[in-house]
Amino acid sequence: MTIDPKKCVACGNCVAVCPMGAIHIDPETKRATVNQDECVECYTCFRGMSTEHLNPTMVRTIRKIGSWLRWRFDPEPDVCPTAAITEQELVWPRVVRRAFSDPVVPHESTGVHGRGTEEVKTNDVTNRVGPDDAGFTVEFGRPTIGVRFWQIQEMTTALARMGIEFEKRNPVTSLMADTTTGEIRTDILNEKILSAIVEFKTTLANAPAVLQKIKEVAKTLDTVVAVGAAARCDKQGENRLEEMLIREGFTFNRGKTNLGLGRPSVEIAPARATVG
Amino acid sequence: MTNTLHRYGNERNLSNDFIVFAIPCRGHNDKDSVPKLKRFLRTATKYNPVNLGDGSHGGAYRPSKNLNPTAHWSRESEPDFETVIEGVNTPTTVAAVFDNIQAVEEFVAELQKEDLGLSINISALIDRAQECCDDVGISRHSVEYSLGFMGQTDRLADRQVMELSTMCGHGMISFNFARKMIDWVKEGRRTPDQACNYFSRFCSCGIFNPTRAKEILEEARRRNS
Repeated sequence: MTIDPKKCVACGNCVAVCPMGAIHIDPETKRATVNQDECVECYTCFRGMSTEHLNPTMVRTIRKIGSWLRWRFDPEPDVCPTAAITEQELVWPRVVRRAFSDPVVPHESTGVHGRGTEEVKTNDVTNRVGPDDAGFTVEFGRPTIGVRFWQIQEMTTALARMGIEFEKRNPVTSLMADTTTGEIRTDILNEKILSAIVEFKTTLANAPAVLQKIKEVAKTLDTVVAVGAAARCDKQGENRLEEMLIREGFTFNRGKTNLGLGRPSVEIAPARATVG
Repeated sequence: MTNTLHRYGNERNLSNDFIVFAIPCRGHNDKDSVPKLKRFLRTATKYNPVNLGDGSHGGAYRPSKNLNPTAHWSRESEPDFETVIEGVNTPTTVAAVFDNIQAVEEFVAELQKEDLGLSINISALIDRAQECCDDVGISRHSVEYSLGFMGQTDRLADRQVMELSTMCGHGMISFNFARKMIDWVKEGRRTPDQACNYFSRFCSCGIFNPTRAKEILEEARRRNS
């Protein structure tokens, strides 16, 4: 993202709006400036802010007079008065920033918006996570801290050594050079994104060791990791994962409950259809 | 909609926060899902949702790209559900946000009758979702538990900022903006309702809960975090 210096009036509204804190008013140019290394192309400023199309010279003059008179100026905080925020054409590898940071752009690998994952939200249709499985989503950089792919790789390589199975229909998996080692392609390792979800499943028996490993690796990363653990319920709506999580000392109160109202409208392979 | 999984808060202020969403499964039932997604949203409007959203096009509160300067004194503040429903034109995730369990139960009961065939999930406190399932007579199929945040949690913000910011799990509501709005409400420069409208416009999936946000801002105004 860039800010057009000819239009910017240094109102500062975009500064607070940026989730990465990548925008500041340059004291020399008196214009808002984007730190391109920190910008994750999330489009929060471009899409989320409303815009007016005022004349920049007029706005600067009014602001200057107001400032000189020490007037307290109280504009709408989510508006760019001169539509100065400008998209730039993104080329590889920078384009992955937007793919992982702007939730309205669907991921090419999965066709899903947001972070590009279906998890157990469609488990009633896919039965991907069965009764003896534990499904995991490990999200990096959330909320609004950000992460670079080399940090994600620290986790994926550690997890790969534990015999887990990365979800194939997942945007991070699609960027792995080798899904058996968890290594991510080298040309994107330094790209910064708002967040990404690594998704995998393992056996219920292996789940405590996996959680321990996630905790261990998360401590070494300079970002935040949000973890979700998913289970297939039995006919009474109960599952064994919940008991295990409590036994392992996890506390939780919030979650997503799949009501089981979905069904495939096309035939799927019998092996998948009968699981669970 | 992992977007909704890790909402920060305590049991009290999360107890009336419900996101019910419908999601087609790619390659299984996404073909011809658009009319069903619209029906989901249309049905939701009968039960007074506080927000509606379409993951591809936005929520019921949207920014304007051609604001008139008079907007600084009077600005549209009502949710526009019709635009959300009419805008669905591709398989996507659609969501309805509610601030009371009765509405959720009635909505889910009607969805059960409608039999759309799409996956329907409730993102809420696990016990409250279970309560809803019990009352409607549904046995839950799968559950995903939020185990919270690990790693460098000292980089996170304070409680009220976290509660507001994580209502858009995609991170479109920055810590700095949440902090700024809390301060503006405390200084009397904006009302909680106005601040909620600003937040809602940034949440591009329409899953921000303005009722809960208002409670958080009112509480922030009364005391420190």
